[in-house]
Amino acid sequence: MTKSYLDHTAATPLLPEVREAMMPYLGDIFGNPQSLHDWGDGAREALEAAREQVAGLIGARADEVVFTGSGTESNNLAVKGLALAQQGKGKHVVVSAIEHFSVLHSARTLAKWGFEVSEVPVDRHGMVDPDDVRRILRDDTVLVSVMHANGEVGTIQPVKEIAAITGDRKIPFHTDAVATAGTLPVDVIALGVDALSLAANQFYGPKGVGALWVRKGVRIIPLLDGGIQEGGRRAGTENVPAIAGMGKAAELARQHMAERINRLVPLRDRLLKELAARIGHVVVTGHPGNRLPGHASVCVEFIEGEAMLMLLNGKGIAVSSGSACTSRALKASHVLIAMGLPHEIAQGSVLFTLGIENTDRDIDYLLEAMPPIVDRLRQMSPLYDKFMKASRGGN
Amino acid sequence: MPVYSDKVMEHFTNPRNVGEIEDADGIGEEGNPVCGDMMTFYIKVKDDRLEDVKFKTFGCGAAIAVSSMVSEMAKGKTLEEALKITPQLVADQLEGLPKNKFHCSNLGAQALHKAIQDYLSKHKKGGNDHGK
Ligand code: FES
Repeated sequence: MTKSYLDHTAATPLLPEVREAMMPYLGDIFGNPQSLHDWGDGAREALEAAREQVAGLIGARADEVVFTGSGTESNNLAVKGLALAQQGKGKHVVVSAIEHFSVLHSARTLAKWGFEVSEVPVDRHGMVDPDDVRRILRDDTVLVSVMHANGEVGTIQPVKEIAAITGDRKIPFHTDAVATAGTLPVDVIALGVDALSLAANQFYGPKGVGALWVRKGVRIIPLLDGGIQEGGRRAGTENVPAIAGMGKAAELARQHMAERINRLVPLRDRLLKELAARIGHVVVTGHPGNRLPGHASVCVEFIEGEAMLMLLNGKGIAVSSGSACTSRALKASHVLIAMGLPHEIAQGSVLFTLGIENTDRDIDYLLEAMPPIVDRLRQMSPLYDKFMKASRGGN
Repeated sequence: MPVYSDKVMEHFTNPRNVGEIEDADGIGEEGNPVCGDMMTFYIKVKDDRLEDVKFKTFGCGAAIAVSSMVSEMAKGKTLEEALKITPQLVADQLEGLPKNKFHCSNLGAQALHKAIQDYLSKHKKGGNDHGK
């Protein structure tokens, strides 16, 4: 069976070069980077080399990069750590309505700790308006966190414009760049942010490793108490093999970024255009132009995402969905709802996220496999029935 | 993939009795308050028995499997017997449902019962010959 993996937001395959770069640290070079002997030196050198590589990917200084265990941890550290460090000045925190749960739920925790949290809305394309951020800021605002791009709908946010606003008011600004770092050019200086999260498994690196960049001079309270690893900002023995892998993946991402983007964009555009033409009644979610290169997210009307996902899986195609039925909590994606999509449309959410190993053949195969699946589910759907009867009656 | 039993997967991939009965004797529509999904059951009644049962479902894999199973369980049963089909029985027949999907089985049983009630309420007006 042809297999097409179109779920790169969930996980990317590990590049062979990355695996190679990790192997020594799963073998002979097993030392603790904090040890003062030769074994420690080997591990420490790997750690610092990776730090340079990750810093290079985002235009930062190496000593500003903190390795963490995931993008989620980076976001937790940023949101809680920055807010706690500033709480003498105020207790108001601003996040967008479409942040990843690791930001939204961190903000919720801050609210339990006595902070006040405001959510900035988005428009129907999932875009934050910088003016809305400006309006929501208060004298006691101590943190703003707006993501660089949304992983569910692909919309790229006006982070630079928001940073200009927060910068004027000297309010620390964190951006969750998990969806963009390693995929699109990200330069912390040009963006003007104060902290930025990234994760290796979004750019063909290993799972279980992320990083938080924090601008020098910006205070942050660590979440983990323990040793002095990562400049005291993240205690715990470093995951050296994963970090080495992240470093290599960052280096490759930087080298091949333009060529990857140039490959992904036409594939994505073809998928969106031809899929809509073949199955009809498809709502493209997210911004039509300003979106992640390999990101095609849609809602297929009258049917439900989990059913589509399972039938596509039966054909060897991996996708994901933001429908209520696919979530454990049976809640529709907060992102789609924040964009104002009605619940029954959000139910038809399907997310195709392409990666560097995909080719036109994957798109061909999807375009061949998907229409009969959609058709079959629509034949089963009372909503489609009603729609067809209404449109027949209307003519 | 949600952890579905083989039986659920089998009914989901080959649902029985999908469709609509043009001159149905009873129709039952039920919305799922939890996730917003929908099921419609159509029944044909003869001599107090469900001669035919068909359904349309807008919902997840579990909801589709549930409707298929309910239709299969109900077909050929007397109205009284069919009214005794409970969500738990449906789930059992499907060799279990994931905990957070149990509500989908309520939907199936309720939509069927509504279709039967629809039939009964129409039928009462004509003459009460079914209620023995
Ligand atoms: S119909 Fe939505 S979870 Fe089953």
